[in-house]
Amino acid sequence: MTSSPQILLIGIGNLLWADEGFGVRVIEHLQKHYRFPDNVTVLDGGTQGLYLVEHVQAADVLVVFDAIDYGLPPATLKCIENDDVPNFLGAKKMSLHQTGFQEVLATAQLLGQYPQHLLLIGVQPEELDDYGGSLRENIKAQIQPAIETALRYLQNVGVAASRIDTAVELNDPALDMQRYEAERPSPAQACRIGDQRVLQTGVFTVRPPTPSELPSLQVDVDYRGQY
Amino acid sequence: MTVRNTPNGFHLNDAGRRVVVDPVTRIEGHMRCEVNIDDDNIIRNAVSSGTMWRGLEVILKGRDPRDAWAFVQRICGVCTGTHALTSVRAVEDALKIQIPENANSIRNLMQLSLQVQDHLVHFYHLHALDWVNPVNALKADPAATSALQQSISPHNPKSSPGYFRDTQNRLKKFVESGQLGPFKNGYWSNPAYLLPPEADLMAVTHYLEALDFQKDIMKIRTIFGGKDPHPNWLVGGVPCAINIDGVGANGAINMERLNLVSSLIDRTIAFIDQVYIPDLLAIAQFYKGWLYGGGISGQSLLAYGDIPDNANDYSASNLLMPRGAIINGDLSKVHEVDLTDPEQIQEFVPHSWYSYPDEAIGLHPWDGITEPNYKIGPNTKGDRTHIQELDEGAKYSWIKAPRWRGHAMEVGPLARYVVGYAQGNKEITEQINFVLKTLDVPVSALFSTLGRTAARGLEAQWAAGKMRYFMDKLIANIKAGDLATANVERWDPETWPSSVKGVGFTEAPRGALGHWLKIEDTKIANYQCVVPTTWNGSPRDEQGNIGAFEAALMNTKVERPDEPVEILRTLHSFDPCLACSTHVISPDGTELTSVKVR
Repeated sequence: MTSSPQILLIGIGNLLWADEGFGVRVIEHLQKHYRFPDNVTVLDGGTQGLYLVEHVQAADVLVVFDAIDYGLPPATLKCIENDDVPNFLGAKKMSLHQTGFQEVLATAQLLGQYPQHLLLIGVQPEELDDYGGSLRENIKAQIQPAIETALRYLQNVGVAASRIDTAVELNDPALDMQRYEAERPSPAQACRIGDQRVLQTGVFTVRPPTPSELPSLQVDVDYRGQY
Repeated sequence: MTVRNTPNGFHLNDAGRRVVVDPVTRIEGHMRCEVNIDDDNIIRNAVSSGTMWRGLEVILKGRDPRDAWAFVQRICGVCTGTHALTSVRAVEDALKIQIPENANSIRNLMQLSLQVQDHLVHFYHLHALDWVNPVNALKADPAATSALQQSISPHNPKSSPGYFRDTQNRLKKFVESGQLGPFKNGYWSNPAYLLPPEADLMAVTHYLEALDFQKDIMKIRTIFGGKDPHPNWLVGGVPCAINIDGVGANGAINMERLNLVSSLIDRTIAFIDQVYIPDLLAIAQFYKGWLYGGGISGQSLLAYGDIPDNANDYSASNLLMPRGAIINGDLSKVHEVDLTDPEQIQEFVPHSWYSYPDEAIGLHPWDGITEPNYKIGPNTKGDRTHIQELDEGAKYSWIKAPRWRGHAMEVGPLARYVVGYAQGNKEITEQINFVLKTLDVPVSALFSTLGRTAARGLEAQWAAGKMRYFMDKLIANIKAGDLATANVERWDPETWPSSVKGVGFTEAPRGALGHWLKIEDTKIANYQCVVPTTWNGSPRDEQGNIGAFEAALMNTKVERPDEPVEILRTLHSFDPCLACSTHVISPDGTELTSVKVR
């Protein structure tokens, strides 16, 4: 590794879907309370897919924050490293942005620029079926531990962060976690349920198509379009 | 068994076996399509369903209208900027806010750059693999590929045999390593793939080039919109200041950054002219006999228009991207479209999982109601949480059925291009005639899956040219001394009337997009979005008219029902903003295979 590796800290997910917003909220917290050297980028990836590829390509070290279904008790933090990250994202799809991000990793690999070190810091969500909602308290309580895990990891590559307190926001102050929560319409005004068929069951898991006869071409779920 | 003729001219027969298209994931929305195929594997009935409750509207209730753009930007990872622009336009319409000329030019540049980037990404990364076979590319002769490249695009400098050999080796290595990534899935031995290996290698090479290039187009939006990948928007203008003599990369827009945008535009124009359009035509030559998928495109097309030449004038004559409606296939008459007329755009819910007080009546979006009501019909196979087959006789979709004066309409690049062609728009007519002549096909060939794909490419070319136009306009205006980018006169809610309503519209890459809102006591009282995929993915209406996806799948022959590449092609050609998957069901109802469609 070069003396000053490029480091990308990225949070992905949809902040409109309760604990789905974990990754983005970690980034919000990092932006508000930490200052990093210039070789570190802190990015709110949202539900963007392919548009994130250039950031991934530019990174030597990539740390991803996300809410991931590990099948563990709610609010459990779990870390996955290196080659296991894309595999894991593929195996435990919970939402579209994860297949999207897996596609981003595959694309970066295809283009020949891929991070040397990859760390996925995920939290097991408690609640997703709460449209317009925020993080559950026990998930929110994992923001700081997730950040500390990342900071320890970054120490290995010689990066130290300093504490600050700024008024930096996500791309609009209305998305600030406190305001987002405080200004939420009441359940009577705004339906909060999702689609119960998608949310309640595993029946929408796709089975892969039958393998093609061509050697070395494993046919898997098609991720085209998940950018 | 049901056999029925729809008012919009399709003969439905659900006797044959059912092929199911089904969702796997959520967040951005999902789509499911089911079709019945007869003994000759021809689609005789098609059912399109949005299987996820989006509810974008309801979480905006009671919020500050000036913030709405930030929420709508988060709903979807694909159309972020377009939703944001539509939202700020709706608020400006409601509050009668006039934006400065520079803001109009900058917004157009951002919107056009999104069009170009989205079309490019769609063609190469979402749609090309329905026509191009990367495995076949491994068999290509790089020298023959080079000769092909030079014949179709003489000015493209990247055309040597060595260049294509390098790509082929890279592809080989990638395949051999077992990390197929984006090429992982595909029916690569299906006879539906018709390209010779050289054309496949050329297209795959450009797949990689386009991936690299699209990142540069994005920079235009980052320069004007700030934070990447979620640019900032502002009610009243754009959030970037102009300081033409400023220095450095941060802060206000200066000459250095304008020059960067300018050079990115030049490169974009060159890429489309030298790579995208020649590839499109070369691929189309081999598929011009495959003219399925027209659906209702030959009858009913709708465009709201976009890209106002001068600021604050949203009349059809000032919109560079065409606006109008065509019905009954009559290209001699383009109807005026008025988004505020309660008789024109109405949404129906007899087949949608929503409740209206009277479901025989459609509602204009200003009076729209978004009240979920999930119940399945008696002929559904499966149960509430595990639907094997939908009952299209009952409610079957989370998408409402929007209609224009009662007609199901197709929206998107093809709709815009046919409306422009029918209006005699000079640039559009020239482009279309060039393609028809090059491919030696009649005008009727436009009304097909391939026509949709071709219109998207032509529109990318048009949009790149218009980026140059607005860049020159912006620079001329700045040089004339006008540095204004925002009008904040009505920023303070105390200046607002107690009750107002507005509508904002754009042409998103995938079609006409409208946001209708009501503001009461400075807060959002009602917010309704009618998105392009609502039009195209519409379920049936009260009269039984089928929507654009449903119609486009009708009468298509599926060579191998367990490898439904033909269905993928047609659904992909709409660039739907919903993810879904295909489940192919055998006659006895067991699932043979499944594949995700976008």
